[in-house]
Parts: sequence; C-alpha cells; structure tokens
Amino acid sequence: MTSAEGARTAGTERAPAAGTLRGLGVSPGRAAGRVCRMAGPPRLPARLPVADAAREAALALRALEEVAADLAARAGRTSDAEAGAILEAQSFMAADPGLRETVEENLAAGMDAGHAVDAACDHHRRALLEAGGYFAERAADLDDIRNRAVAAVLGLPVPGIPDPGHPFVLVAEDLAPADTVNLDPATVLALVTEKGGPTSHTAILARSRGLPAVVACRGALEIGEGSWVSVDGTAGEVGTGLGEQDAEEILRRAAGERRRLAASTGPGRTADGHGVELLLNIGSAADLGSGVDAEGVGLFRTEFLFLGRKDAPGFEEQVAAYEAVLRAVPGGKVVVRTLDAGTDKPLPFLGLPEEPNPALGVRGLRVGRLRQEVLDVQLDAVAEAARASGVRPWVMAPMVTTAGEAADFAARARARGITRVGAMIEVPAAALRADHLLRELDFLSIGTNDLSQYAFAADRQHGELADLLDPWQAGLLRLVAECARAGRAAGKPVGVCGEAAADPLLATVLTGLGVTSLSMSAPSLAPVRERLARTSLARCEANARIALDADDPAVARKAVAEETAAGHAA
Amino acid sequence: MPERTVTIASRTGLHARPAKLFVQAAQAQGVPVRIRVGDGRPAPATSMLAVLALGAVQGTEVTLTADDGPGAEAALDSLAALLARDLDAEQASGA
Repeated sequence: MTSAEGARTAGTERAPAAGTLRGLGVSPGRAAGRVCRMAGPPRLPARLPVADAAREAALALRALEEVAADLAARAGRTSDAEAGAILEAQSFMAADPGLRETVEENLAAGMDAGHAVDAACDHHRRALLEAGGYFAERAADLDDIRNRAVAAVLGLPVPGIPDPGHPFVLVAEDLAPADTVNLDPATVLALVTEKGGPTSHTAILARSRGLPAVVACRGALEIGEGSWVSVDGTAGEVGTGLGEQDAEEILRRAAGERRRLAASTGPGRTADGHGVELLLNIGSAADLGSGVDAEGVGLFRTEFLFLGRKDAPGFEEQVAAYEAVLRAVPGGKVVVRTLDAGTDKPLPFLGLPEEPNPALGVRGLRVGRLRQEVLDVQLDAVAEAARASGVRPWVMAPMVTTAGEAADFAARARARGITRVGAMIEVPAAALRADHLLRELDFLSIGTNDLSQYAFAADRQHGELADLLDPWQAGLLRLVAECARAGRAAGKPVGVCGEAAADPLLATVLTGLGVTSLSMSAPSLAPVRERLARTSLARCEANARIALDADDPAVARKAVAEETAAGHAA
Repeated sequence: MPERTVTIASRTGLHARPAKLFVQAAQAQGVPVRIRVGDGRPAPATSMLAVLALGAVQGTEVTLTADDGPGAEAALDSLAALLARDLDAEQASGA
C-alpha cells in the first residue's frame, strides 16, 4: 500500500490506519494535532432550472448576510489593527446594497442562488477593474466575498484559514501571502501542504514563525478532516492514524526538545570541538532582534532596500542602512551581499529589458553589464559604512560565474578599501572552478537554493519539481564538496547560506564535506547548533560519504539519521 | 431636481476611509442620493461598490442629485460638504 492510499483509508474510516506521508521538511520541529483543511474556492455546478424562486432568493441573500457578519466578527477578534480594518471594509462590501440589488436582478432573471451571487460579484468586480488604479486592487476583496458566499449557498466549508476553536495542524494545497494574514501562531501547530517547494511562501512563513512544516506532501489533502496526525518538519514526514494520547505525548516531547534546544548556546562546534561558524541570514537591521545567539551575519540581503522603489536609494540612504547593520552585530562579522536583482526580484528603476527566460538572464552581478553605476554606488556606500562604523565587512557578489567576473568584482571592491571580497556560488560552472575563483577572492558562500535550480534545471517556483530541489540530492552535494575542497586547499573559508544550512542533519553532512560556516534564519540556529554539538567530526565525515554515495535523497536522509542516532546512543 | 457639484478633496480620492465615511453618511440620510462623474451614469451613493467604481480621485468633480422632496437639499448640502474636506488629512492629524 502506498502512503497516499494509507491517507485515503484514514480519511474514510472511523479507526484510521496508521501510515506515513512523505514530503519535504522545510521548517524543523515536531508537532501533533487534529487536521483542519483549508478549503479551496468552491466550484459552481452547472446552472440548474429554478423550481422555487423564493427559496433561491432567501438562500442567496442569507449567504451574503452570513459572509458580512462573519467578516465583521473576525474583524472584532483580531488584535492586528491593520488586518482588522481590511476585514471590516470587506464586511462592509459584502453588505453593500448595490451588490444585493444586482443579486436580486439576477434572481429575477431566473438564476439559481449560487449563480446569482457569482454573477453579481463578477459584475461589480469588472466595474472596479475598469475604474483602474487602487480601485482595481479591491477586486480581490470581491473574489474573496464571492468564494465565501458561494460556499455558503452550496453548504461547503468556508474558504480560507479555518477557525475550529482548538489548536490544529493546517493542511492546504498551498498557502498564499493573503491566506496567512490571520494565521494565529497560538492555534496553528504545524503546516502541511500538498504543493510548494523548499523556498515557497509556506516554507518561508513557517520558518519565520518557528512552525514545523512539510511541503510537497502528496496525499496531504486526503487526510481526514479532524483526524490526529504527527508532523516532523525535520524529516519531512506526516504520520496518520494517531490517537489523542499519541498526539499529547508527541507535543510533550516536542516541548522538552524545545527546552533542550533553548539550553544550547554559544559558538557552533562538533562534539569533539571542531568549529563551524553559525551565522544569520537577514534583510535589514530589524531582523537582528535581541537575544539572537549567532556568531554574526552570514548573509545580509541588501536588495530589500531596493525593492518597490521607483528610484535607486541614494548613497547616503544606503550608507545609513549598511552602517546600522554593521554596528548592530556584536563582533562585527557581517557578510554583505551586493544587489541581487532579476528573475523573481525585478527592480523597476533598473529599466532592464524584458527577457524570455529571466532566471538565465541578467541578474545578480550581471546587472553590472547594463548598469555598472548602480553596483559601484553600492560598493561606495558599503565602503563608507565600513569606515564610519570601524567594522571590516565581508562583501560578496551574487551570480558570479567565471574567475574573470570574480577578478573584476574583487578589483572594484578592493579599490574602495574593502579587504574581504567573496562570491556566492549559485552557478554550477562557478562551483566547478571554485579553486580558480579563490585565486581572486577571500571566501565563498554557497547559495544552495539557486545552485539546485541551475544544477538540476528545475525552476525554484515549480511545485511539481520539488523533489529535484531537495538539498540532499547527491549532485548538489558534490558541487558543495568541490567548493569545500578548493577552500581547504587555499586555506580560505567556504560557507553555505542556502536553506540546506538550516537542516540539522544536513548540517552534519555539510560540516563533513568541509564547509566552514552555516548561515540560516534565526529559528533554525538552535536545532543546528544542538545537533552539531552531539556529533563528532568523524561522524560528520562519514555522513558526508553516505550522502554523496546515495542515489536517492530520501535514502540518504534516512541512512544518515539512523547512523547519527546510533552514534549518539553509543 | 436639486443637485450639487463638488471637487473631491481627499488625497486618496473616493477610496478606502473617505469612501466609507461618504457611503455611511449617505446611508444615514432620509432620502436616496445619487452620485455621478461628469455625464456618467448616476450610482446610488449608499453603495460602496458603486462609489468605488466611479474611480474618483482627488480633484475629480462629482455631481450629487436627489429627487425633489423634504430633506433633499439638506442631504445634498451635508454630503457635498463631506466630499469637500480632505478626510485623509483629518485621519492623519488624529481628527
């Protein structure tokens, strides 16, 4: 029986069969609870001849009233003032007399309740789109009202984040930013999605909130509503067929695990004292927060300063932003990445021409081919921030592909007094020539997300290809090994700053490959630190050999987990 | 038929909070009031969706109309006065 069949059984029988669904673990930790599914938009059946017009009218109008009342109630419950205002405005729209009038006209024309609501929302939606500008942006509110009201007419569950009144494991096809506005971390125990990949919105959200999450989990939508499941966000497993007591036991152990993790502090090192720097990925000084126990910043993404801007931020503004980060990091270890624009992060002011295949186009350091002055001003600003703060930053460029590009970037940076110059390794060609790149540079930092995308010819946003983007793929690890070997030979640091660094078990593999630092978002630090502290360097090296040798990422993960656990027990 | 023509003063136009205040005020009137832009089709002032669909930004001239009858003039006066105020600025200053 496949795991998906196990889930189907679990959904239809009273005493569900135990089974395990596998996906990608994208946010570490364990949890257990009852499943609540996020319902998708309701599908309207074909139009039916209306037998009882009065009944259809009552159904349609009651649906609108219910939606308005529900939205108003949710507005009253939320503690987030902005979200509350949005919900209140939406409630007001659902109660709109103009909308009601159009529904009544449609009913009079002989439509059934569902179609009357659907067509009325569509009518007003088009009117808003015609008005253009920020009026058109309200069209999405009408879509949501339409989905809610049609679901109410058809007796289907309300679309959106469920609110069952008890803590739950949220199961969805995928999550969009709009779905998560009202996601309450006090009631959502874990996230499981049928689609999505390691860098999907769900993954990023889960990690930022410290929620265990499994994405690309086939069969997840077939788990029975309200049934008990366990979620292992590290291994990427969802266990079905649990009882309430099993779930309580898992939650109790997870709480103990969190206490144990909280007790692990200090620099990263293996059980036998081999140091691995544990660093933080940030977008601005605001991400540093207080009490983050890291040895520095391994990836400062400067493009967040540039996003959503009509004009490039000026020199002074950039200096202030960079200086704030340099001053805020105790010890001053900060790796600044220069502007990484392109593909999924378009910047209007760059005026880059449209490309048929932007992932393979002008992005990262390549922007310099068209707009060198933008990168030069940024390097000027980083150099000035370094002078003003007295901190010597590490500065690296994204999307470096050849040793020639590395030499050019290094020359520009060093001419400005920047002493530690490096490159992101995201392009397989650069990984294969890491030794040559290191003749020009002082360090390398491997961005495993993009390196996967380019090595496996698999779009990062493509949910169907998530298995190819699994950071346990031996093809990816071999490229990492190549970089680490070059670093060791040159006596220069080689770090990993992609999502791979945040997986505690994979961290032992990367350490075994010879990676000298791991950079990740704050919630991942403690689990990685704790795992390394329990694992010897020899074990890490053995894990690296296992992972490099495996043809299947799942096999590699399982073998490394078992061997590592046996090592701890011994 | 009584009518008033007035220029939208709010910075965001008849959108967001200004639109909501206007529609709520219209719903509180005893007489039905309609609103149109130029020679466009008049829309009920009590419908948020219809008011938004006017696409009226700051500086747009809108015309309010009501059927003859008791309270019509007063309703138009109070709604026109509301549109002539910058409701966004009043929010920003905490008014």
